[in-house]
Formats: sequence, structure tokens, C-alpha cells
Amino acid sequence: MNELLRVDDLHVRYGPVTAVDGVSLEITPGEVLALVGESGCGKSSTARAIVGMDKPAEGTVLFRGSDVPKLDLRTRRPDFTAMQMVFQDPNSSLNPRKRVGDQIADGIRAAKARGLKSNSPQEWLEAVGLDADMVGRYPHQFSGGQRQRIAIARALAAKPDLIVADEPISALDASSQASVAAMMRQLCLDAGAGMLFISHDLSVVRLMADRLMVMYRGKVVESGSTSLIWNDPVHPYTRALLSAIPHPDGKGVLPEAPAAEAPDEWASHIDEALNRVPVSKEAASE
Amino acid sequence: MSSNTNIGRSADAKLQRKARRRLPAAWRSPLAIIGVVIAGIWLILAVFAPWIAPYGPLAQELPRLMPPSELAWFGTDALGRDVLSRLIHGARVTIPFAGMLVLCAMVLGTLIGAIGGYVGGWVDEVLGRLTDLFMAFPTVILAMVIAASLGPSLFNAVLAGIIVTWPVYARVTRSLVVSLRSQNFVVASRMLGYSSWRSLRTDILPNILGPVLVLASLEIGTAILLLTGLSFLGLGAQPPTAEWGAMISGAMQNIDAWWLGVFPGLAILTVVMACNFIGDSLRDVLDPLSSAERQGAGAAAPAVTTDAAADPGAEPDFAQGRQEPNQ
Repeated sequence: MNELLRVDDLHVRYGPVTAVDGVSLEITPGEVLALVGESGCGKSSTARAIVGMDKPAEGTVLFRGSDVPKLDLRTRRPDFTAMQMVFQDPNSSLNPRKRVGDQIADGIRAAKARGLKSNSPQEWLEAVGLDADMVGRYPHQFSGGQRQRIAIARALAAKPDLIVADEPISALDASSQASVAAMMRQLCLDAGAGMLFISHDLSVVRLMADRLMVMYRGKVVESGSTSLIWNDPVHPYTRALLSAIPHPDGKGVLPEAPAAEAPDEWASHIDEALNRVPVSKEAASE
Repeated sequence: MSSNTNIGRSADAKLQRKARRRLPAAWRSPLAIIGVVIAGIWLILAVFAPWIAPYGPLAQELPRLMPPSELAWFGTDALGRDVLSRLIHGARVTIPFAGMLVLCAMVLGTLIGAIGGYVGGWVDEVLGRLTDLFMAFPTVILAMVIAASLGPSLFNAVLAGIIVTWPVYARVTRSLVVSLRSQNFVVASRMLGYSSWRSLRTDILPNILGPVLVLASLEIGTAILLLTGLSFLGLGAQPPTAEWGAMISGAMQNIDAWWLGVFPGLAILTVVMACNFIGDSLRDVLDPLSSAERQGAGAAAPAVTTDAAADPGAEPDFAQGRQEPNQ
């Protein structure tokens, strides 16, 4: 039972639409797994099913070996507060009528309920690069990037073993994206927690993730070591995603949208593209 | 001090200045001042009625049906009671009972609406249909039927008023709760182990309180009209209670003595108007849809970058310039 999270053959359906079509993954402590793909490929649906916001139509989500219960009217059991989420929109992540210090204190209380020690709200604010004396302020007094840092502080204050981050940086401006992403990885690794990091931005993911899963139309098309996939993509969809990253060549050419015309080969299943492990490091990482 | 804190401080100070400027702006409007002054006068009259009123509310010391004079400024009624004194004492009846009506209806309606909106599913369906059922009847007629079947008394009139007005709060609350329930901060606190009840109390309620209070302040006027209306019909306050609606009802028997009906009518008019003015101003301060708040929200979002975005003229041009190359 080394793995924190094990997802087996997950299907998520919204009415007739199959958003997630048979995704399996596992995350071990201290590991960052990134899930990338274009809008609507099922990344966020996967995340919502993992934390229990949506009920899987098929398949299982096991956190530390037990089924993740749906987030309904029942109070979440303390052992599942070890799984925390960071949302895409920093504006709706924080209660507008509550001081940020009190919101971070909610996270600390969740850690205490599991018998763990957590730092003070002031210390958590400093850990995410804000001033300790900001605890008394309300969310509207912060910028979007600062609010996201506070939301991250609240999630980390609960001393989670697993953080599910659903596009946590895509609502931020370019300058704060890199710093927030680096901070998240560092704090996660310091705490020995695992992280599922969802993004549509391969260039950010390359710097953060140990492993990568590329999703297309609800299916995982390529997965494995980040550097392997980045340097030598096998699946045609991964190649298209990589070539869509804008290059600062001074010409101001915008890349073609990958979804403009979707060749059939993008949906093809290629065995070699899955679970790619670097040959030399295989023994070390396993 | 680092440059980072300086930016934070100046943005903070800017927002504080904004907040200080915003709140009085709505209260500085002439209607708000008139409303507060009139309501204040009535409250003072109600609280200090025995010392302010020249006669007792039931004292029959004066000649009957005396027109307004120095002895009785607003005249006397058919039993020789001073109309002015009865009006002042009437404020002690109408205002607190209307306040009680609004408070109870607000608590009941908010609770039902919040539970329906938060729980969802069949609970929401049942509570929603119940709300529709009560809203399907004309308010005043339903209140009359209930008050009549409970028996005429001021307490029963209040009860009837609660029964017919709670659905307004339930509707508003439900829609607010439904939109808040799926907000990330509610989901986040549930993931931190909040119980439903706690989340409803600490995440939802503080965020809907503003609009609900605005609604309640506007409903005070309606409640006064409803109570005086029921009393006028003989279903509320009973003689000899000094109550404005009942006083107008008594004036019907002496239609020539104009002062019997006009002054209680003016009392009702001024109180209801004051309540509505206050409610409108409160809405301007608190309602997210009102212009003052929209400006506040717009300024809060780019709080740190500020100056370029704060200039309202610059923004649309910039957006247009961006769109052209794409087209």
C-alpha cells in the first residue's frame, strides 16, 4: 500500500456525455503527477471524481486504500481531509466575508482533527510568500495571484498527503504562474505529499512534474516520465500539443490551435506511448 | 520594508479610502436622509409616547368630534379622545408588531429557502412547491382569510402576516444559496471537514445576509400596510386599542370629521415611505447589482496593478485594439 492514490478504470459521465473514459493512475508520496490536455479532454472531471465532487460512473478511486466517498451532505471523515484541492479560479476559492487568517485556520483545524500539528496562519502566509500581518485582511484586498497563494496555504495547512490542483495557475498572469507553480512543488515535496497537477500548459508541467499523463477525449494517450515525453513524444497528439507551445522567435506567429482539425490518429491507442519509463532509471525509481 | 509590502499597503489604503467614500455616498442621498430622519422621529415618538403625548390614548377628557384646535392639534374622535395622542401611542403598536412580523417572516423564509437551496433534491422540490403554493394566493386576501379564521386580534394578524410573507424570503434565499453552494470556497470548507450545517452557517449565511436584510427593510413598509389594513377591516387590533388602521376604520362612521382619517393615514404614509427610502439606500449600499458595488468590485479585482485599469476610458479602447488583428 505504498501508493497514496489509485484510480482504476475511471469513467465519468454527465448525462449522455462521457467526460472520462477509462482513466487509471496512481500517485506515490512525494510525487508530482501532471495531467495535461486541451480544454474539455476530461482533466477537470478526473480531478472532481478523485476528490469526490462527482460520482464515478464506473471504476474506483482509492485514497490510502479506501474508497473516496462522494462529497454530499455528510461531513467528510477526518482521514479524507488528508486530500485537499486547489481550484482554478482564485476569486471563488475564498469566502469573501471571512478574514484570510480564519480561512487558513480552517485548514489547521482539519490537521488537528487528524492529530497532526500545523503551523499558525501567520507562518502559513509567510510560507506562501505573503506578509504574516495580512491575516486580518479580507480576500478582496488581495490580487488574484495572492488569493491563489492563500488558497494554497489553506490546503497545505490541513497537512494533506495528496493535493489535487485543478489548473491552479492558469488564471494567474504569466509572471506569477512560474513562481506559484515552483512554490507549490517545493511545499509539496517538503511536506512529503503527493500532487496531481492539472494543466493545459506543457511548458509549466515540464518544470513541475515527475510523471506526465496526456489526455485526449477522456482517454490517456501517452504517459510516463516527463523528460522522456518532452524530449521524445511518441503519440501524434502529444507531438501536436508540444508543437503548439509558442516560441519566442520574434515573428509573433501564433501556433495553430490543436483542436482546429482533429485527425483520427490523435485518438489512436499506442501501447508504447503508455507508462514510459527511462531505461536507465527504471530500477532506481521503482 | 520591502517594495512588496509597499504595494500591498498602498492598495490596502486605496481600498479603505474607497470603502469610506462608498458607504456615506449612498447614505448622503436626500431620500436616505429623509427616510432616516422620519423613521427616527417615529421611533422617538414610539419610545417616549407617554411623555410626549398630551393626553392618554384612551382618555376621554375632551369634547367629542372637536376639529383641530390649540387644545387638540389633530382634533378629537367620537369618544372625545385626542387624535394626536392616539397617533403617538399608535406608533407603539404598529411599529413593533410590524417589526416582529418582518423578523419572524425573514427567519422562517430564510431558513426554508436556505435548506431547500443547500440540500437540493426532493427536499428542495417539496419546499419549493410549498413556497409556490403560498405565493399562488393574493397576499392580502390570504392574510384576511387566515386572520379571520384565527379570530380577530393583533397577534393573529401578525401570525397571518408571517404566513403570507415568508415565501418572498424563501425564494430570494434559495436562489442565492443555490448559486453559492457550488462556489469553490464552500466545496473547499466541506473538504476540510465542515459539516453541512456549519458550512451553511459560516460560508453561506454571511454572504446572503446583505440582500436578505435589504429585502426585509423594504418589507417593513409592506408589513405596516398589511397590519393596518387588517386592523382597518376589524381583523387586527381591537377597540379601544390606539392603532392607526383601526383609527381610520373608526373614522368611517364620521366621514365629515376629516381629521379622524387623514392624520392616521399620514402617519402610515410617512412611516411606510421612510422604510422604503431606507430600504432603497440599504440596497444601494449592499446589493451587488447596484452601481456603487459594481464599481467597488471592478476596482477590487485589479487592486495591485490599479492605475491603467482604474481609468474607465482607457479600458474599452485597449480591448478593441486587441480584437482587430484577430478578425
